Amino acid sequence: MTWNSKHDDNWGETTTAVTGTSDHSLSQEDLAGFGKETDGPVEKLNCIRFLPLALTLLLGLLVLVTPLSFLVLPQVVWPERLQACGTACEGLFLSLAFKLLILLLAGWALFVRPTRASLPRIAVFRALLGLLTLLLLLSYWLFFGVRILDSQEENYHGIVQFAVSLVDALLFIHYLAVVLLEIRHLQPCFSLCVVRSTDGETHHYNLGQLSIQRAALVILEHYYKDFSVHNPALLTAAKSRAAKHLAGLKVYNVDGAGSDAATAQSRAKIAAAARQRDTSHNELYYEEAEHDRRVRKRKARLVVAVEEAFTHVRRLQEEEKKKPPGDEMDPREAAQAIFPSMARALQKYLRTTRQQHCHSMDSIQAHLAFCITNNMTPKAFLESYLMAGPTLQYGRECWQTRQWTLVSEASVTSPLHHGSEFQLKSSDFSLVVTSKAIPHLKLSEEYVHPKSHKFVLQLQSETSV
Amino acid sequence: MSFIPGQPVTAVVQRIEIQKLREGDNLILGFSIGGGIDQDACQNPFSEDKADKGIYVTRVSKGGPAEVAGLRIGDKIMQVNGWDMTMVTHDQARKRLTKKKEDVVRLLITRKSLEETVRQSMMQH
Repeated sequence: MTWNSKHDDNWGETTTAVTGTSDHSLSQEDLAGFGKETDGPVEKLNCIRFLPLALTLLLGLLVLVTPLSFLVLPQVVWPERLQACGTACEGLFLSLAFKLLILLLAGWALFVRPTRASLPRIAVFRALLGLLTLLLLLSYWLFFGVRILDSQEENYHGIVQFAVSLVDALLFIHYLAVVLLEIRHLQPCFSLCVVRSTDGETHHYNLGQLSIQRAALVILEHYYKDFSVHNPALLTAAKSRAAKHLAGLKVYNVDGAGSDAATAQSRAKIAAAARQRDTSHNELYYEEAEHDRRVRKRKARLVVAVEEAFTHVRRLQEEEKKKPPGDEMDPREAAQAIFPSMARALQKYLRTTRQQHCHSMDSIQAHLAFCITNNMTPKAFLESYLMAGPTLQYGRECWQTRQWTLVSEASVTSPLHHGSEFQLKSSDFSLVVTSKAIPHLKLSEEYVHPKSHKFVLQLQSETSV
Repeated sequence: MSFIPGQPVTAVVQRIEIQKLREGDNLILGFSIGGGIDQDACQNPFSEDKADKGIYVTRVSKGGPAEVAGLRIGDKIMQVNGWDMTMVTHDQARKRLTKKKEDVVRLLITRKSLEETVRQSMMQH
């Protein structure tokens, strides 16, 4: 920070500079106890993940080698009996080369991509396409082996045309792959409603015709971006209330043993609980009002502290950079310098809203440095702490799980239909998904002549006579 | 008080004679009219048939000549000094009521209660 002393001559005598020893500062121990960064479990490198990619590459290699071998083998095995290649034949070489190049580029674009996820069952369409390609290659090799190699065909022009037809057929299979894998499910047919089981947060997505496992994949990708982060600390209040409801009643069996124990006891409990005058709703109301008031007070203190902290940092102008360096700092150091003045207020606010485990001290300082670098206002800095954002926003430790289980009554490779339900279970909560078909919409037209808009004035005058 | 187009209109009317009051430069009658064939008949709160585009009395000032003569709010004016008021524009109605040369206006007005009264009196006989 540099001070512009042009404003006031006796400025230095009347103002105190901000140091780290103001009464709002924290000691190092306090700052260290702010939040610990926990390392997630180290991921096992699973070789099964790379199996589909390896198979794809193998198939690609086979696709590349086959037409070329069709061209080269006759030249190698029986060169003397082969007819000379005329102009048309050499033109076919050119077309073969380009088509092969296009096929390889298109195959690379569509198939050689890092896998997004490991699905529980094989992808049906991909497997079918792979089988189809293999079948095509096999039949072409069979034909080549029987009719050309064995009989040592002399018409080289015909052999070249045969190779070109193979590449054409492969290009059409690639077109089929594009349509089946990429385009078919773009048109939305189903509307899926996803509800989180712990706090009921709901989102809706429109999807096309997909299998259940692919639909689950799409939903999970949207989950990390749309749903706010799962905070188990917010759910403890509801659990303690539920425990209190039935804890106060105990059933004594007066008629002696042998009566229908379980169901009679539970029914008696429910009836007694309904009759009991319950004041827990009162407690809930006042508790929530008190909590809101506390949160608002802490938030006000936090906003004031952060705004004050931000006024101490100023970006160095171009002209000032050329002067001899005063107290220049890079963003990280600037963030570290102003952080202590707001740290206590921020810590108290996070504790009150039970978010302290999502933000570590390092992440807060990094965010502060980021905001300073990009000239953000204090409000922009605070927004990520005042609102619970989507899971993507937080560090890895808050992601908690990337292992999901798909629970479904229908087979996971079966396509979605109206009314299908499934669950995506993770370790702490589950996402319940129901699907509804988008109804068939009927649009009719009504023609309006541009000159048909005519109006009259509606008069209701009242005259005194 | 509905009418069938092309057929003569029949109604039970009451004759009211109002003396105009001189107030400064103007002669006033002490009531307000609404309605007319150029107005929106649906907004008329006093008519039974919302397609009736006749002239209605919308306000009678207290103690004025109209109230003294017996005009009531909601009355439909059928004739003024012999001129018909069932098929006139709002402005024509105003002109016919505010002729400077006339001191007296003789109105034929009709209201729903008139018909009831006549029917009751006929039943008594």
